[in-house]
Amino acid sequence: MAVGAEAIFGNSIVTTKLNSAISWARESSMWPYVFGTACCAIEFMSAASSKFDISRFGAEVVRFSPRQADLMVVAGTISHKQVPVLRKIYNQMTEPKWVISMGACACSGGFYDNYTTLQGIDSIIPVDVYVAGCPPRPEALLDALLQIQKLQKKEESIIKDRVNKNFKGQLDV
Amino acid sequence: MCSCFEKEFKGLYEKDENGIYLIEKTHIKSMIKCLNERDGFHFLADITAIDYLEFTKPTPTRFAVIYILRDKEFKNVITLKSFIGKDEENLHVESICDIFFSANWAEREVWDQYGIKFLNHPNLKRVLNHKEFKGHPLRRDYPIKQRQACTQTDDLMDEMTSVLSKKGYNSHDDLMFLNLGPAHPASHGTIRNFVALDGETIVGAVSEIGYLHRGFEKSCENHTYNQIIPYTDRLNYCSAILNNTAFAHTVECMLNITIPERAQFIRVITGELYRIIDHLVCLAANLVDMGALTNYWYLYNPREVAYDLLSKLTGARLTNTYVRIGGVAHDLYDGFEEDLKSCIKAIEKGMGDTLSLIEHNKIFHDRTQNVGVVSAKKAINSGFTGPNLRASGVAYDLRKTDPYYFYNSLDFDIAIGSVGDVYDRMMVRFEEIRQSISIINQSMKMLPKGDIIVNDKAVALPKKQNVYNNIEGLMNQFKLIVDGVRVPHKEYYGAIEAGNGELGFFIISDGSGTPYKVKVRPPCFPAMSTLPSILEGGMIADSVVTLASLNIVAGELDR
Ligand code: SF4
Repeated sequence: MAVGAEAIFGNSIVTTKLNSAISWARESSMWPYVFGTACCAIEFMSAASSKFDISRFGAEVVRFSPRQADLMVVAGTISHKQVPVLRKIYNQMTEPKWVISMGACACSGGFYDNYTTLQGIDSIIPVDVYVAGCPPRPEALLDALLQIQKLQKKEESIIKDRVNKNFKGQLDV
Repeated sequence: MCSCFEKEFKGLYEKDENGIYLIEKTHIKSMIKCLNERDGFHFLADITAIDYLEFTKPTPTRFAVIYILRDKEFKNVITLKSFIGKDEENLHVESICDIFFSANWAEREVWDQYGIKFLNHPNLKRVLNHKEFKGHPLRRDYPIKQRQACTQTDDLMDEMTSVLSKKGYNSHDDLMFLNLGPAHPASHGTIRNFVALDGETIVGAVSEIGYLHRGFEKSCENHTYNQIIPYTDRLNYCSAILNNTAFAHTVECMLNITIPERAQFIRVITGELYRIIDHLVCLAANLVDMGALTNYWYLYNPREVAYDLLSKLTGARLTNTYVRIGGVAHDLYDGFEEDLKSCIKAIEKGMGDTLSLIEHNKIFHDRTQNVGVVSAKKAINSGFTGPNLRASGVAYDLRKTDPYYFYNSLDFDIAIGSVGDVYDRMMVRFEEIRQSISIINQSMKMLPKGDIIVNDKAVALPKKQNVYNNIEGLMNQFKLIVDGVRVPHKEYYGAIEAGNGELGFFIISDGSGTPYKVKVRPPCFPAMSTLPSILEGGMIADSVVTLASLNIVAGELDR
């Protein structure tokens, strides 16, 4: 039985929390910024193209400016030379923002355990969802997107910054 | 093949057991000049160095530099080697940048990786590692896991200032500086072009690479030959099997084995399929850069059909690791032929749809014709190969000039361009797709029955039933996995025609199952080093299509 405002106005309105309403809207319209460096980026392209069609989940508006994006997909190997670039671009994204680390390289350096490769991007920026695979299949990336949507449901407040300000990466000293 | 050289420098060189010419460091430049001008060795394939610190045989000094050249017919290869510098101060040789443009970046790489100086080099700075890096990683005494943090990106103003002052700009006031990359939609990966603009015209350009340097060559030094194959997948990740083949073919030449005919044909078929995929990605991306998004879907979707076929065959979509030293991992599956047919049909349809939109399209012509022109002479001198070189009108294709497998009994044409502009480079790729389809069709008809890997215990793993049922098979499997395929002492350069051009491997073996050194000659490295000079004088919008038309793939560029 309806109570409160819904009881008075009938079916013409829905009451909810502003938080939930905005999170619901965000969930289905993520704008990804693809930090694609290597082979994994090719699989991102496959995920975006017609067969796997990322737009079914509302994330097809790929932005090339970090300032317009709220989801960073790090797809590919990150070398130490690339680190300052990655960090700068991450910092240019505005809150709220989420990060997917796609593929073995971004997650842990993959099988490049050597002098030039960063052993996991989470030592530079905070990561929300890790995707295994070398490269992950496009379906795995879509699954990661669904995981991000789940995380959004859990956000406690839309006004609070979601990224932990105490996070310290290798370059933030 | 090099008669003038042999006559003029009689007694000044020695040929070693690998057919490599050993020369004195003081003669390097004059000898290369002679080879280039009088014997027609007008193509520098690669320059590299060797650190013999831990080598099993004694050598006169610790370091040697290597020069690999090709002759006019692009058939014969000559390799020169010179031992240099007993101590750090003497670790230098004369630069040959003024003979070959392609030597510029090649020498910078040797400096970066080995710390060998090139005297009179116009700009001897690091090219793959970052500017805060200390030491030289490919030296044997540099620990493979010693990582060094990079805190800042190079602003490249030092190079830019010298480029601009050569053009007569002494104040930068009226110019605008723009970074295209390393994270930029137009850079297709992690390539950085830094340009100075006067209005919309590029007056100075500098390229910086190395953002995807992932230590392939160092990693090779602590993996067995078969373990390296997965690493080769990720060089040019748009054409994994071609890279596998280039590497395995070189090792097989060193082992002096011929792989079974069926395996050769399977390599040709899957390799050509990958050449098509490589071209499709390049063309699709190139068209997107012009705003032709529809074509992107037309060209990209057939690839999904090809990926389905490849995952059925190899278990992976793009990192296939299908080739083994001595053959291929497994035979074609039942129904492969039908799948291949429908795959080719999809490719033909996508290509037809695209061409019907662009072939007579004025916008397309205006955007591509006479844009980013590279003359034949410049292309050769800069080390271009593959479709980029053929677009400039040079009919060089290793499948014809130095045929391997059954390419000499297959009927196909080399497509060449006439101007060397973006249009030619794209159209050559379209035509090569057609030729590759014809090669695949012919090969499927000729495909013989038989083994898919050599029957040699020292090279190929035993059948699984032997491993499980008898001790000999088990030991054999164990030995090969742990020690790797043992390759006799040799220094060898081998190359095949990959999607992007001549993909070569210079491998040094010390008799063990792990290579002592591996150097890749990636076809897009020389092309990238030439890019700034192509861009200068052009418009900013054209720089994007020019870059895309050269098909620079960061994985093989930076290794
Ligand atoms: S995880 Fe594998 S596929 Fe992805 S970038 Fe790394 S090497 Fe390439």
